[in-house]
Amino acid sequence: MYDKEKDAIGAFLRGEMDRRALIRRLGALGVTAGAAGTLYNMMATNAQAADFDWKKHSGKGIKLLLNKHPYTDAMIANLDNFKQLTGMDVTYDIFPEDVYFDKVTAALSSGSTEYDAFMTGAYMTWTYGPAGWIVDHNEWINDPSKTNPNYNWDDMLPGVRKSCAWNGVPGGELGSDDAKQWCIPWGYEQNNLTYNAAMLEKAGLDVPTNLDQMLEVAAAVQAANDGVYGVGVRGSRSWATIHPGFLSAYANFGEADLTNDGGSLSAAMNTASSKEFHAKWVKMIQDSGASDWSSHTWYQVGTDLGAGKSAMIFDADILGYFMNGGENAMAGQLAYAPFAANPEASAPTPNIWIWSLAMSKFSKDLDATWYFMQWASGPEHGLFGATQMDFVNPVRQSVWNSDIFRERLNKSYPGYVEMHDVSAPGASIKFTAQPLFFDLTTEWAATLQQMVANEVPVDEGLDQLAESMNSQLADAGLR
Amino acid sequence: MTDTAMPQRRALISPKMLPYVLSLPALLVCIGILIPFVTAIYYSLQKYRMSQPWNRGMNWGENYLQFLSDPDFWNTLKVSLVYAGSTVVLELLLGLAIALLLRKRTPVNNFISIMLLMPLMTAPALAALMFKLMTNPNFGILSYFMQVLGFSDFRWGSSPDTALFTVVLVDVWVYTPFMMILLLAGLRSLPTQPFEAAALDGVPRLEQFWRITLPMLMPYILTAALFRLLDSIQQFDIIYAMTQGGPGDTLMVFQVEAYLNFFQSTNVGRSTALLLILWAITYVLSNIFVKNWLRLRERARGGA
Repeated sequence: MYDKEKDAIGAFLRGEMDRRALIRRLGALGVTAGAAGTLYNMMATNAQAADFDWKKHSGKGIKLLLNKHPYTDAMIANLDNFKQLTGMDVTYDIFPEDVYFDKVTAALSSGSTEYDAFMTGAYMTWTYGPAGWIVDHNEWINDPSKTNPNYNWDDMLPGVRKSCAWNGVPGGELGSDDAKQWCIPWGYEQNNLTYNAAMLEKAGLDVPTNLDQMLEVAAAVQAANDGVYGVGVRGSRSWATIHPGFLSAYANFGEADLTNDGGSLSAAMNTASSKEFHAKWVKMIQDSGASDWSSHTWYQVGTDLGAGKSAMIFDADILGYFMNGGENAMAGQLAYAPFAANPEASAPTPNIWIWSLAMSKFSKDLDATWYFMQWASGPEHGLFGATQMDFVNPVRQSVWNSDIFRERLNKSYPGYVEMHDVSAPGASIKFTAQPLFFDLTTEWAATLQQMVANEVPVDEGLDQLAESMNSQLADAGLR
Repeated sequence: MTDTAMPQRRALISPKMLPYVLSLPALLVCIGILIPFVTAIYYSLQKYRMSQPWNRGMNWGENYLQFLSDPDFWNTLKVSLVYAGSTVVLELLLGLAIALLLRKRTPVNNFISIMLLMPLMTAPALAALMFKLMTNPNFGILSYFMQVLGFSDFRWGSSPDTALFTVVLVDVWVYTPFMMILLLAGLRSLPTQPFEAAALDGVPRLEQFWRITLPMLMPYILTAALFRLLDSIQQFDIIYAMTQGGPGDTLMVFQVEAYLNFFQSTNVGRSTALLLILWAITYVLSNIFVKNWLRLRERARGGA
């Protein structure tokens, strides 16, 4: 059973057949995309085993600390393959996102040996790395005796891979030659536009292509649709308000969070052009944002779009992806577009959030843990997750090149692939890597709240913010 | 049998050791409190941010001195005191009013007093989430009522103008029954003779309340207020679940600020210094209350 199909996939894995030929062949054999993915994964696992001693740590066990997320679900769905491949056992604890990072901080700061690896964001490694809680993964990536030859590290999208690497010097460029790979990218989010096509159409509006247009379109679509607000962006008093749409647009105008003058960092958000940007952003929320914007996390931004309460969001593309399916009222009615806030910019520059995997320095067996890491972040699991589960956005170019994956997206998520392809070259972390990241961005969000509530004028608010940030940077010896 | 049993008992715990063994649990609890307390004092005297281990070192109270010139700290102090003061006063007044209504021992009153305890069974964080849903502008019932009453743009926790009102409302909903049940117990335990004498003399009800009920109830009021004040000044769950301390810095109370300092910024030095100041405030407040409570008790004994 499935012998011919296995032959075709085997030929593809040996490089004797290209993807399109493989899809045509499988299609001719009557194999569905789902069955093809399963077969591919099984065959790929066997192919992996042929080139590398995957059984080296057989009998050992590792424990993971995981966030409740579709990426986690995809990994668990495929975990038996890893166990079969390596003979290792994997256990895990899963926590909801509200408490997840508190749990990570508690586990790492106490030097607990309970967890061998955990999920993290790249920003968090700016704390974990210097604190000595995580390892430089380059040590394993660059060791052929520990990493399988098909791992293909260079397949990782460059902007994403570099965003997870930092030399630990405050203000140091991400992905520099001396950077340490603090975490391994797993899945990532660009920040772009997801919109309700019917609502825009009802108002006779085109999809906005810059910030000025977004202000106009958001106001107009709100006026034309009863009980709907124009644009959803995050607003809670948290660093997470700054990093999605806001910073993506901000960076597109060439603005920065901090300047680095020979290692001396200074706040950069009170320049005239930054003030002009902030004023527009604030006006957009005041005119066309959610009335309870200041409590909006990614969850409210997403669910309002999914429920038809907002006409568009400038937020994580995968949030738009998930809102276009499941039980959401607007499932199947959402569309996607790349968004360059600056009319003079040649392309979008989305700031990105990267769900990554990192090994704890306190792991009892880092080599064995690395076996899991390279499998979970490898091309085969990436393709499995992207084609069989909701493991989007993949961090590997090979997965993005997969016709099965692209066709799946094109079928149900109009414009998603194009949006990704257009904005991927400019996608990276736009923040300055430094140890006060959470202090400064949370304060930035609080100031934004004050400006939106008209508690403080934009000019004055940004001057106060910059002064406060400079004082904190100086106090921490960074200025 | 007895001869063989007795030596076994002796071997288990000798009479000499018995007092120590019995006090061991209490001792362990004390150690469990004192170790983190002393550690917190030690950390609060350090420049200690986990993301900058190279900068760690003793700075001998500089964290505390910085608070003097830090507007964020004074804002935190102000917000914490306003929150604690307003919730305790409101809950005290409402709790007392309800307790007075339910004072008479009747089956209906007993039933109502038990039913009114329901909010106390709700975890404050859950109550906050419940109110967050009820104040949602799209589908929240409280938002709907506000619209019916003509307040179409009432933004509850999302606006700096109404955020404090919103979280105080949740606190009052959760904790008023606590005040009510303590004061009701107090009211029902008061001796009946002074009230009977006052009734015979034709003293008006209001006069009875000011001259007899309130003074006699004062130890209970002080006890209830002390418990609530100590809890309220340490507020975290309701505020964090509803607004994370925002909008802006509107609700940045001690515990939220200390939590963010530790878990998000890993600024251990500042976080522990904040908590120790909160401890000092709590200590002073509880001392004031306890002294007044003792004074009242002495007066009551003297009067008796």
